Amino acid sequence: MLRLNNVQVIYSDVILVLKGLSLEVTEGQIVALLGANGAGKTTTLKAISGLLKTEDGRVTDGSIEFMGRRIDGLDPEDICRRGIVQVMEGRKVLETLTVEENLRIGGYTRRDADGIQQDLRMIYEYFPILVTRRHQVAGYLSGGEQQMLVIGRALMARPKLLLLDEPSLGLAPLLVREIFDIIRKIHEERGTTFLLVEQNAQMALRIADYGYIMENGRIVFDGPAAKLRGNDDVREFYLGLSEAGRRKSFKDVKFYKRRKRWAF
Amino acid sequence: MSDQIVFLLQLVITGVAVGAVYSLMALGFVLIYKASTVVNFGPGELVLFGAYVAWATILNMKLHLAVALPLTLVVAILLGLVIERGVLRPLIGEPIISVIMVTFGFASVVRGVLNMTWGSDTRPFPALFSSQPFHLGPVPVSPVHLWSFVTVMVLLAAFSLFFKYSLIGTAMRATADNQQVAQSLGVSVKGVFALSWCIATVVSALGGIILGSVRGGVDFSLADYGLKVFPVVILGGLDSVAGVIVSGVIIGVLENLSGGYLDPIFGGGVKEVAPFVVLVLILMIRPYGLFGRKDVERV
Repeated sequence: MLRLNNVQVIYSDVILVLKGLSLEVTEGQIVALLGANGAGKTTTLKAISGLLKTEDGRVTDGSIEFMGRRIDGLDPEDICRRGIVQVMEGRKVLETLTVEENLRIGGYTRRDADGIQQDLRMIYEYFPILVTRRHQVAGYLSGGEQQMLVIGRALMARPKLLLLDEPSLGLAPLLVREIFDIIRKIHEERGTTFLLVEQNAQMALRIADYGYIMENGRIVFDGPAAKLRGNDDVREFYLGLSEAGRRKSFKDVKFYKRRKRWAF
Repeated sequence: MSDQIVFLLQLVITGVAVGAVYSLMALGFVLIYKASTVVNFGPGELVLFGAYVAWATILNMKLHLAVALPLTLVVAILLGLVIERGVLRPLIGEPIISVIMVTFGFASVVRGVLNMTWGSDTRPFPALFSSQPFHLGPVPVSPVHLWSFVTVMVLLAAFSLFFKYSLIGTAMRATADNQQVAQSLGVSVKGVFALSWCIATVVSALGGIILGSVRGGVDFSLADYGLKVFPVVILGGLDSVAGVIVSGVIIGVLENLSGGYLDPIFGGGVKEVAPFVVLVLILMIRPYGLFGRKDVERV
């Protein structure tokens, strides 16, 4: 469905962020993209959605294909019309608009009034808390409510592929669990394909079918989620578990930071 | 009722009527600013353009009003598109000072072209409304003031509803709120910029037509009315549509009152200066305007 082939991204003509990244998202899957800060995960999503353009970044090499068509170089609004919607990191609600206006603008690209109405009801079912906030200005919602709103808003476009950037960022553990449960539910009920970027690798690998691990602008490791969960290095570096599968105790943690060099 | 009070009421009524036109022109200014943070330094020329095109179509080409007015608005829309496509779009991403200066430059070009085409003589403007005053109680009111006020209020109400309830209006507000998010949802930000310029040129043209018929003639001094947009938007808050509607009327009344009462004392000229004195005062006391946002943040 989506294929990135040797993608290179440069910001402001000088800063090289993605150095030949390739990955593939199969229709109907949840694919997790994991990695440390600064690995280039968000940049990857923005390269796909075209939002890179708004930040003076460019795909300078390689190609991005969606449903068999090249989409690199298109404007973000055109990519959105083709069925890819990105939920940006940091709960970017439209603060001065009400909750319902936020949702309605999510369906901006659609013209089927009935379908929009139906999806609006469905989103209120997924996120019942939003019903009570319906006519409130979105800027004053709590963090969790805002995260639900931006996911709901993206769903209003009825995307074929939803790019989710750090939905767990800054939320309480219970809320994180709730949001991931809803993502899984949406995936099961609507068959939406997800490409999910997460710091919370444990959560992400629990719902994902396939995972990629990024470092320094490249994919260094990939495999089915079950395989990643079982890989010793992934367990140690991303899931914080020791060999025995127990949560690591602080007394075992070495005082120096061991860096993993991935062998190619 | 004493003459004094009648005089006062008359000043207020004409002030409200002219002020309403200021509100209309300021609406265009605020839309552009909200959508694209571009400060348009040529509001006067947009007014001038509308007035001259209306004059040319009505009196020069002798078209019927029902043809001439829509035609004027279409030409105004074209001007908006030309400005957005030709002048501002190539400057996206350039320093804000360049963008502001280019509006200034383009305004001069518009003025120059108008001057070359139709000369700088005062042109008679057709009276769109009868000039026979009627009496509102003891106060004589000229129909042109009443009708311009009504027209403006209807337009402002229509625009408010458009922004509040239509999907495109919501998309414009979304763009003003966060361009990147709007784009990620499929809103064409360039389209919104173009639309806001077109609305600005259209309301300015309407302002020019109304002012032209209030004054009975068009010449280049009409552009000075456009400049009143600045005190209005500063008073109302740069980003507040509701604010400029109220403050346009306030500035109109204030200007008329100072013209009526202070001009005889100072020997004239106060009327023209008064709005700008307000501008300075507001900047000193409430820089974000009466209704503007002081950038409220959720804590």
